[in-house]
Amino acid sequence: MSHYEAPIREPLIIGNKSYHDITVDVAAPVEGKANKKWWIAFTIALLAFLYGIGAIIYTIGTGIGVWGLNNRINWAWDITNFVWWVGIGHAGTLISAVLLLFRQKWRMGINRSAEAMTIFAVFQAGLFPIIHMGRVWNAFYVLPIPNALGSLWVNFNSPLLWDVFAISTYLSVSLVFWYTGLLPDFAMLRDRAVRPFQKKIYSLLSFGWSGRLKDWQRFEEVSLVLAGLATPLVLSVHTIVSMDFATSVIPGWHSTIFPPYFVAGAIFSGFAMVQTLLLIMRKVSNLEAYITKVHIENMNKVILLTGGIVSVAYITEFFIGWYSGSSYEDYTYLSVGAATGPYWWAFWALITCNFIFPQTLWFKKLRTNFVWSFFISIVINIGMWFERFDIIVIDLSRGHLPSSWTMFSPTFVDVAIFIGTIGFFFVLFLLYARTFPVIAQAELKSILKSSGENYKKLRGDNHE
Amino acid sequence: MSSTTIQAIFDDDDVLLSAVKDLKAANYRIEEIFTPFPVHGLDKAAGLKNTRIAITSFIYGLIGLGFATWMMNFMMVADWPQNIGGKPSFSFAENSPAFIPIMFELTVFFAAHLMVITFYMRSKLWPFKKAENPDVRTTDDHFLLEVSTVNDVKTLENLLKDMGAKEIKTKA
Repeated sequence: MSHYEAPIREPLIIGNKSYHDITVDVAAPVEGKANKKWWIAFTIALLAFLYGIGAIIYTIGTGIGVWGLNNRINWAWDITNFVWWVGIGHAGTLISAVLLLFRQKWRMGINRSAEAMTIFAVFQAGLFPIIHMGRVWNAFYVLPIPNALGSLWVNFNSPLLWDVFAISTYLSVSLVFWYTGLLPDFAMLRDRAVRPFQKKIYSLLSFGWSGRLKDWQRFEEVSLVLAGLATPLVLSVHTIVSMDFATSVIPGWHSTIFPPYFVAGAIFSGFAMVQTLLLIMRKVSNLEAYITKVHIENMNKVILLTGGIVSVAYITEFFIGWYSGSSYEDYTYLSVGAATGPYWWAFWALITCNFIFPQTLWFKKLRTNFVWSFFISIVINIGMWFERFDIIVIDLSRGHLPSSWTMFSPTFVDVAIFIGTIGFFFVLFLLYARTFPVIAQAELKSILKSSGENYKKLRGDNHE
Repeated sequence: MSSTTIQAIFDDDDVLLSAVKDLKAANYRIEEIFTPFPVHGLDKAAGLKNTRIAITSFIYGLIGLGFATWMMNFMMVADWPQNIGGKPSFSFAENSPAFIPIMFELTVFFAAHLMVITFYMRSKLWPFKKAENPDVRTTDDHFLLEVSTVNDVKTLENLLKDMGAKEIKTKA
């Protein structure tokens, strides 16, 4: 079998690695003991999570009046956070599904963690609409079952209900996609486990995976078909989220550009979050040989592309708003009114973080620099939060009726719930990093001979 | 005459692949191969038929699409038609544009989940299932080939050794 790959392609696995070395490196964080830094990070995340739980309990007990929402601005931080988290959750499926269809081998070093991040982010996203219902015990009303009031059905004309279907399909399909990929890697941990308890746990998790030839054949086919299904799915999810806004008649929301623009924005923010996590993880878990400069640079290229799409959308919105000559369009989130009005700081935060800073990635020196990549990823995370805040709050703050114009200020409960979800996200991710095989090692082994540095060198020497 | 199954362990996928090709050419029966990762071309070399799991997924997807169409038509048009926000739902044709997102979602939902369940059932993967790989190294960096013969066992063993097998033993 030929393992040839063009020598011009940079290796994806650095160093003199054998199949066994990959096993050892991936199993190391699971088999080793957590160090002090992990415990510190975990404690901080857990405290933030508990703080958020307290705020959620307070909200549910008292009612959503404890939030900063008012008559005019009836969606604010809650929906901002919801859209922000769903958007972040787009990168995992994009990396594992779209890049699989495009046969991008660099996906294999990062897809596992990106998918984990997706699932954990969608958990956070799902919390917000449910809490926002106020009476969370009635949350089952969104399901298409005859409800307690008689045989009254859900409204299938509503994009909010489409959201329920889209996000639950997305979460559950991402979960099985991730889990199916995990089976061989859990089996690897199971067969290496020394402690009986560990062996038991990983036996249970690996579903008795044995690595038969027929199993692998089905495994690969299932992965490919799931990738084919997940690709339009991931596009549909944020399309439908954007329809929550686009099908309304609020100036600034009622925009046909929203679906593609939201999807690009979601990928943009999701890749930024993957970048944030991976840059830390490759250091902490000693995975520098598998998450290399090539991976980081490729991620930055995707960020640059999707950031470019988002920027074009901003310019279009801004121009069309101005060109319409309508006074209502002069205070949408991308307009002269927004740039100079009371929310100027939110407008310029968006433009600076999402439009200006990512342009630095055009320079190879900067996009291959780990520190700069980390900084940019944080900036984009902040910028994309502001994008959703701007769309929701700025657009709502100036309606058709001037007497109801108002500003929004969050209460500590709004802030606490947001911090709580960040804490919850990191609690899940930190636990994942210590108990799961964080790299799809089985898949990675299949490209070792074609993309490993030592094998590439060996072939290069033979040619001469 | 009863047949004997020999287990041969390889430590390289290319050596394994050429061994499988040679064994097939010599008309040996390959019982099973355990590998730590998917070795491309091995299924063809071992004479495995293509999997039909993608076809099942297509059928499941059609079921999902049909279910979504029936469900929304029943709930919104047949059972309890309402005029919501000036958008009456008195016929399927009038309402169908609003139904498309959920038709799509349920198609994907059915196609993905039922296919994965089919995969787990067919490959016998479920919680508490005991692993059946004969050697724990086959999830790390070794490849185990089970090949059976009714003829001379010694010949097969020597053949496997020549092909590069690291360890050879008779399956109990």
